[in-house]
Amino acid sequence: MPLAKARMITLETFTKIKCKRTMEAIIKSNLWESYQKEIADNHYYFARSCIRQNFFPPAEDLYLKILRDDLNKDIFDDSRQTTCTGIAYHSGIIPFETIMTVVARQFSLMNDAGYENFVVSCVTSFGIYTEILETWKHHPEKEIETREALMRATGKTFKIPKNLVHASDLIYKFRKEIAAKVKYRLVSKETGKPLNVVDHIGCHYAKIFPKEGIGGAEFPYVLAGLIDEWGGAQVDYPERRHCCGFGFRQYLLKSNRGYSVSNSKLKFDSMQLYNPDLIIANCPGCTFFLDRWQYVISEMEGKTYGKDGYGIPVLTYEELAGLLLGYNPWDIGLQLHQVAVEPLLSKLGIEYNPDDKYKGLNGKELGRPEIPSCLKCG
Amino acid sequence: MKLLEELQKDIRFNEGLNACINCGVCTAICPAAQFSNYDPRMIVNSVQDGDESEIENLLKSDNIWFCGECLSCKTRCPRGNTPGYIIQALRALSIDTGMFIESSQGQKQLAIKRTVGDHILKYGYCVYIDEVNTEMYPEQGPVWDWLKNNRVDLLERLGTKYKKEESGTLRNTSEESLRDLRNIFDETGATKRFDIIERYSRVKAAERGIAFSEGKDDYFRDVYEN
Repeated sequence: MPLAKARMITLETFTKIKCKRTMEAIIKSNLWESYQKEIADNHYYFARSCIRQNFFPPAEDLYLKILRDDLNKDIFDDSRQTTCTGIAYHSGIIPFETIMTVVARQFSLMNDAGYENFVVSCVTSFGIYTEILETWKHHPEKEIETREALMRATGKTFKIPKNLVHASDLIYKFRKEIAAKVKYRLVSKETGKPLNVVDHIGCHYAKIFPKEGIGGAEFPYVLAGLIDEWGGAQVDYPERRHCCGFGFRQYLLKSNRGYSVSNSKLKFDSMQLYNPDLIIANCPGCTFFLDRWQYVISEMEGKTYGKDGYGIPVLTYEELAGLLLGYNPWDIGLQLHQVAVEPLLSKLGIEYNPDDKYKGLNGKELGRPEIPSCLKCG
Repeated sequence: MKLLEELQKDIRFNEGLNACINCGVCTAICPAAQFSNYDPRMIVNSVQDGDESEIENLLKSDNIWFCGECLSCKTRCPRGNTPGYIIQALRALSIDTGMFIESSQGQKQLAIKRTVGDHILKYGYCVYIDEVNTEMYPEQGPVWDWLKNNRVDLLERLGTKYKKEESGTLRNTSEESLRDLRNIFDETGATKRFDIIERYSRVKAAERGIAFSEGKDDYFRDVYEN
């Protein structure tokens, strides 16, 4: 073959490959759009999370404040609700019949309160509720058995919610309304460039039933949409979809916790190369592990993942929304993260009083936490 | 008792097992396989073969306890299998038959029952701040000690309803709600499963010569920490 012709074919082939790759990238980046879900506009019944209440105590109340005060939505917080028992179920000590009946009781409480739209704070719970509704759809006899068990145990009956969503779905739905009210954007005050934000989606949000998550399991957009709308830059790193390593019984047992920290470390090592300014997560457990395992790795190996000895701050979606809306970081509980958030506050240009960080009600001095041996805090 | 027939009574087993082609994608994606000697493909293959002695070996082995139930395998399997659901069914049968006590990982279920399980019936939630300390959970870090030491003042400042009888974060769960949970547990098999875990653990503790009573006793410490 003459050299000139060979070069032309090569160029033609190259162009075709390039076009194909560009098309693939476009198709990939828009794939999430085929996974949309119905999210009710208003009037929600809120189900609390075991982990979030305890490990980030102000987060759920901040969520309710944002929904009620900033977005003018009606969301009901019921004193009669309980755990869904999801952590126990996924650790193998609770039968499926038990968790189905506990969930049925939650539905009954929602009915009593006059609501039809169920909002779940926990990603594990969201997976549980979704799995149970799918089970009842395909195996109606299981719904009948659950109804009978609930009646015998509590005298209650229930109607299935019209709309079931995770709490982060609502922040996603109203991301533009929040963007219209924010005082700060995900942009570096110093350089004017978008901050690099890692999104971590809890496995049970969409890996079990991809059609129930915005963007599905491969390209979840529920948090990436917040980053895009609020001015940040998404970080796409190799282990983006890897589990945080909760592992239920693996974390709950001190002897097995190596599983958990190892999986988080895999993610940190992978994302560090992209210089993330912030991690956001939609799962209570993931938020906790991605925060605390950074502390543990710093103690074990002397390794930190942020700049100048700091870690990478880890926030929930409503903590991020709250910060951008102008809530005082120490009123929304950011002092309860082990990884200091101050580097992020500085980048965002948020002014804060460092002396307020460790105060109680009415300015009462509460001392200071012990300083970790390696991880810089405050 | 035919173990395969018992597994086939569990809806999760039937939903989890279609026709495995042994491609190994589940193992490739599995966070547990990445860090422990665990292979979900092998487990699915064993139950698919239906060999009773192989299933019995699984029920008595550590193997079924390594899964973290992230369910990444459900997303990835090209044939619609869910090894994680099969694991759930195997774990349930292992406890219900008492075979869990034959493996060191299975024995650890006592520690989970006595933490998460008991918390549910005491507080209405799987986790409760008063039960978490840095001796059992050192990864909580110094910020947790600071929170625990100042929790009344700090949680008041942060707007929670800690120990209060009203709606809100960390409120007391009402006796009526706790009674509902207890009744549901009695009605649907959770109480029975808790009793099995305690009963077999007592026998194993005696066999190993470790003190066994309740709460965080010596046997709890042993299975929780080692």
